[in-house]
Order: sequence, then C-alpha cells, then structure tokens
Amino acid sequence: MAHAEEIEINVIPPDKAKIKKLWMTALILLIITIFEFAVAFLVPHEYKDARVWIFITMTIVKAAYIVGEFMHLRYESKVLLWSILIPIIFIIWMLTAFIYEGMAISVVR
Amino acid sequence: MSSTSAATATGRSAWDGGASPMGASYGKLMMWFFLLSDAFTFSALLITYGLVRSAHGVYTGTVDAFTFSPEYWPIPEKVFEEIPFFHGFPAPLVFVGIMTFILIMSSVTMVLAVEAGHRMDRAAVEKWMLWTIVGGMAFLGCQAWEWTHFIVGNGLPGGGANLVHNQYGPPDFADFFFFITGFHGFHVFSGVCFNFLIYYNTVTGVYQRRGHYEMVEKVGLYWHFVDLVWVFVFTFFYLV
Repeated sequence: MAHAEEIEINVIPPDKAKIKKLWMTALILLIITIFEFAVAFLVPHEYKDARVWIFITMTIVKAAYIVGEFMHLRYESKVLLWSILIPIIFIIWMLTAFIYEGMAISVVR
Repeated sequence: MSSTSAATATGRSAWDGGASPMGASYGKLMMWFFLLSDAFTFSALLITYGLVRSAHGVYTGTVDAFTFSPEYWPIPEKVFEEIPFFHGFPAPLVFVGIMTFILIMSSVTMVLAVEAGHRMDRAAVEKWMLWTIVGGMAFLGCQAWEWTHFIVGNGLPGGGANLVHNQYGPPDFADFFFFITGFHGFHVFSGVCFNFLIYYNTVTGVYQRRGHYEMVEKVGLYWHFVDLVWVFVFTFFYLV
C-alpha cells in the first residue's frame, strides 16, 4: 500500500489560538486540583462540611471544563447539548433518594 | 465533515431525513448516549458508596490519633499515604495526585490529536495519539502499584485487604475500592486498547484514505469521559 496512498491531502496549518485555549483548559484543571490538595491539607478536618462543599464545587467546575472544552459539548448544537444534560436529572434524583434512604437508615440504627 | 450543517429544502423540517439535525454523525451521537448511560453506572456506584459509608460508624477522634478499625469508616488520606520507593514515609494522597496529573495530561494530548485530525495532519495525530497511549499506560501502572499496595498492606498477619477482610476498616470499604477503581481502571484499559487501534489505523493511513479523522474524535470522547469519571472518583473516594 506504500505507493497507492499518496493522494494529495491538504494539511491545514495549526490554529495557535485554538491550541493555546486547550492548554489553558488543562492549566485551569491542574490549578483546581492543586487547590483541592491545598484544601485537603490546610483546612482542618474539624471543618468537615466546608471541606466537602469546596471539594464538590471544585469537582463540578472541573467536570464542566472537561465536558465543555475537551469533549467540545459547549460548541455542539443546542439540541445535542440539552439531550445530554437533561437526563442528568435522573442522577440528581438518585442522589436525593439515596440521601433520604441514608438518613432513614441512620434513624433506625 | 461538511455535512454537519443541516441543509434542508424549504418547507421541510430538519428531522424529515437526509440531514443531521443535531449536527453530529450517527456514530458520534451514539458515543454520547453510551457515555450518558456509563455516567449512570458510575453515579450508581459512587452514590451507593455514599449510602453504605453513611450507614457505618464515624470516627470521632483527632486525625493525628487515627488508627484503623472495622468499627468506623477510615479517613481515606490515612489509607493512601504511600508512594513508591519511599516506604514508611507518609505522603498522603501524593500518589493519587500524580495519577490525576497523568490522566489530565493524557486528556490534553488526546484533544490535541482530535484537533490535528480536523486539520488532516497525520503526523501530528500519530504523535499525540502515542503520547495519549503512554499516559494511559502510565496511569494503569500506577493503579497496579496502588492495588498491590492496598492488597498486601503492611505485610503483617491480618494485614492488607480483600473482599471479605480489610486491614483499613470495614470490609465494605475495600469492596468499594476494588469495584469503583477497578471499574474505572477497566475503562482506562479498554480506552488504551481503542487508542492503540486509532493509532494503528492512523499510521497505516486508513483515515487519510477515508478522508476524515472522525474516529479519533469518537474515541477521544470516550477517553475524556474516563478522565471525567476519575475527577469524581478522586473527589468522592480520596478527598471527601
């Protein structure tokens, strides 16, 4: 196949701004992770609730960057965006239901 | 690539056929919906982890005085505080941090491969796919080390963990460790296999002849999803 495949292919030169944006996203993800580490070590375990909320918020921010920028969902058509995001309410429902069940288990014990 | 903008005859809906109303090919759309279903699976595992954890006792003493006991759920940073080559030197969560770093970096190289594919730049796709595979394998190697460390434990009788016995706390803790990180690790493993397939097809010029590199994009979606899941596992298993 070595000789058959040399078809003329136009290689488009890289778009520097686009590539820079991808590296910026990675940098943001790393900074958030480092921030999470800082919280894990610097905020004492006595502030359990504050720690947990910071971690959850940071996780959602990171998830938004990964799905939005890396997986390109932000730039897809709105129908696609919403047909992926709306079913997430099932996960939120499951979370709600299980927290409710968990509280019931704690009461029984 | 050019068929992404839905060109429809006047008076017809974009959904009447012949166009892609979501601006994405069938394969890409199905990858998105598969990933959505996979997100449900991982959420179920992590939410169940939360439920079972809340049903166990809570350690009430100070962090410095913490000792492992089956009576209460362990503090994760006390379980995962070893790094290779520095045995007995406490470095809580450092190794997981390295694993997170590796996975984020391999996500960037993957998205750069996708970008190069859009430009039909075969050499760049090859380069970035190779880096992504290296990152994936490095992550798997780290996970193998962590599993070995978790299973062997301190090496004393009764040390380490398996599905019924756990040095670090209740057996459920070890079970969830094996299931959640194992299921994620299996995703990474299959992701590395897919990445290798893409790399192979790029090198042999399959996509060049096909005229587009959309397969890189589809597998890229899967690989980013694996990274996304790790972000959640990292928070809910190691940090919280």
